[in-house]
Amino acid sequence: MRARPRLKNPILRTRQPLTPPMPRSRTALGLTAQAAEGRFALQRCESCGRVQYPPVDSCRGCLSEELLWTPMSGRGELLAHTTLHHSNDPFYRERLPWRLGLTRLEEGPVVVAHLHRDCPPPPAAVRVTAKLDKAGRGVLVALPADELGDMSTDPRHGEFSCDPEHRKVLVTDGKSRVGQALVRELAAAGASVIWVGQAEPWKKYEGQDAVEKLPQVTVVPLDLTDERGVKRIGAEIGGRVDILINNAEVHRTQGIADSGGAELARREMEVNYLGLLRLAQAFGPAMRARGADGGASATAWVNVLSVYALSNYPPQGTYSASKAAALSLSQCLRAEMQDAGIRVVNVFPGPIDEEWNQPLPPPKLAPERLARDIVRGLRDGVEDLFPGDVAREWLGRWKDNPKVLERELALESRTA
Amino acid sequence: MTRHGYEGVALAAPVTVPYRRYSTHDAHWWIARALAALLKDTGLQKDDIDGLGISSFTLGPDTAVGLTQHLGMSLRWLDHVPMGGASGVVCLRRAARAVQAGDAEIVACIAGDTNHVDTFRRTLSTFSRFAQDAVYPYGSGGPNASFAFITDWWMRQFGVEREDFGKLCVAQRRNAMDNPHALLRKPLDLDQYLGARVIAEPLHLFDCVMPCAGADGYLVMTAERAESLGLDSVRLLGAIERHNAFPDDPVQMRGGWALDRDELWGQSGVGPGNMDFFQAYDDYPVITLMQIEELGFCPSGEGAAFVREHEFAYDGDCPLNTCGGQLSMGQAGAAGGFLGLVEAMRQLLRRPLGRQVADATHGAVSGFGMINYDRGLCSAAAVLARP
Repeated sequence: MRARPRLKNPILRTRQPLTPPMPRSRTALGLTAQAAEGRFALQRCESCGRVQYPPVDSCRGCLSEELLWTPMSGRGELLAHTTLHHSNDPFYRERLPWRLGLTRLEEGPVVVAHLHRDCPPPPAAVRVTAKLDKAGRGVLVALPADELGDMSTDPRHGEFSCDPEHRKVLVTDGKSRVGQALVRELAAAGASVIWVGQAEPWKKYEGQDAVEKLPQVTVVPLDLTDERGVKRIGAEIGGRVDILINNAEVHRTQGIADSGGAELARREMEVNYLGLLRLAQAFGPAMRARGADGGASATAWVNVLSVYALSNYPPQGTYSASKAAALSLSQCLRAEMQDAGIRVVNVFPGPIDEEWNQPLPPPKLAPERLARDIVRGLRDGVEDLFPGDVAREWLGRWKDNPKVLERELALESRTA
Repeated sequence: MTRHGYEGVALAAPVTVPYRRYSTHDAHWWIARALAALLKDTGLQKDDIDGLGISSFTLGPDTAVGLTQHLGMSLRWLDHVPMGGASGVVCLRRAARAVQAGDAEIVACIAGDTNHVDTFRRTLSTFSRFAQDAVYPYGSGGPNASFAFITDWWMRQFGVEREDFGKLCVAQRRNAMDNPHALLRKPLDLDQYLGARVIAEPLHLFDCVMPCAGADGYLVMTAERAESLGLDSVRLLGAIERHNAFPDDPVQMRGGWALDRDELWGQSGVGPGNMDFFQAYDDYPVITLMQIEELGFCPSGEGAAFVREHEFAYDGDCPLNTCGGQLSMGQAGAAGGFLGLVEAMRQLLRRPLGRQVADATHGAVSGFGMINYDRGLCSAAAVLARP
């Protein structure tokens, strides 16, 4: 449970966003890449098995260059600890005192890690995890060994997470099944305000009463193809949104030959790609300004993309292309948000169990499951989320060899 | 194979360019001042110097190479020793071999660093790749956290109390009282030490050195050459260095001295009991304690008991860091690694900055440097004697 943040004194100056030190060697960014997906992995030598830390370019034992990022157990022994009451770094100066620990991992290396306040003094068993810090860089965090929960019990570690509890959230499309599931999940997670965007608010929809009777919910008219409308809503609520979840999309199932003109593809791009651009321009600056605004600061921007953004799925070719465009733009957004410490989370679901995926065989992702994974991803502080079995399988194939995946998908579209 | 000794090597002209808390000058200025002081002290001309050993953190983008043009020197021997707290002894080892071999006749060894207002933070953030990747992002803002871990571990492991560290710091401050160059000369007693504000538990204010600007230097030549120039000089009896010793120790409980001390005393022909003073590298008192143990002044793990039984001011039975050390002089970057060496020379030449240790004929100097990640990688030590 996060403590409810205190109400802000509107006369006081809003704290400006700062981040922890960002520079890392290229090799060390491997830790960040792993933490982005929620894994704690270190380099392991393929030749002699030695686990390395800090990250190196050749094995410290046998000098082999075959170093593979390998998941760690996280089990370790706290050897020494300190609490900093002084720092030369501006970010930490305003967060002192700050606790650090020196831990020997079961796999061998000794690591410096942020130390949870509930960890007993050394010698003690701890559980080491890898998290993204406020700069979006991977760091190690040592938690009490016997605690199954998250970092929320140490208020100083709250910034590793983007917990929706006590936060104000905008869901850009509240009518879709995914949108409705997100609203329910966010309400259950303790979000204090949920703005629900609706492109055509006058139209009734299935499930309307259940969503709109929730006390946290406020419906806002939001059509991502309407630039002035998006700007107006951004001006109205942008300065209060802590988490923005962009799930609005147009989804048609067509390749090139069967689409007979660019109109449907244009509508996909209007919402899936340009809609994101409009949102980012309308909400980005205000959210950036509130990146360090106390316990209820702006903290995350979530884009619900598709695993088809990684590699084109020909039966849904134009949709895939629009999601790929959105992914590319989202990387730009992530870069622009990093100085404010706002995490841009990209969600790559496999086919969702909804009308436009009706011809696809199972397994398909239930909207409720997707919503649950998104909220959990926010709590865990991950940056790239692949919910469901299909998405994770695609990711594995894509990481293994994107060219092979392209050929496999071309073949699947012939047999589909 | 036994190592060659350092017979015939002479050290002369210890100089210190008075330290300042902050300086608007670059490291180049500080190093040039030290070179000028060496020449003034000896009456030598710049062209008489044919070798140069340099240590500095803030000389960038230059190295020793750029300095030759900056200082207008044509040299036949040049070395750049980026070893921080170990650079004084290591520079000496290099230079001694050069003059023994005849590769150079007179080597000037100089360490100098500036300290602008933001220098320290910048040095820390780019200190090493491991520090950048795995320490600096954690907010430590420098070596405080790494030494806090080591100190925390030592206190638990060996029963060292804050009072033990305090006794060393208080003695060093007493040594500094008559040293006009010491930047910290306010009297310090144990209560003040214990009551100081916490920096990184268990380290408190007086456990930490204060960054400053400064330069130190000395000359290395053959004893014949020193004599012909009419220079007072001291002898080098023995010297060791070691890098990344005991990499598998989970916490730094030892430095390289433990591996090499028998060699040091064997080569020197004297033992710890013959030392009239000890200039230890004192960035944090736990490291001083480590050197006391590992160089054999007391058995391993018994440092605390040793501290409780001895007195460490210049007039005590175990004079330590007789000019006040870095804890009272300030830490002038890499010059901090030269301070113990030039102070040892001064004691043996009877020209101390502060108080003289009575009848000192032999002294030990120890260096420690470069917190690359979780520990100091470089260790070195030398034994010096009056001719």
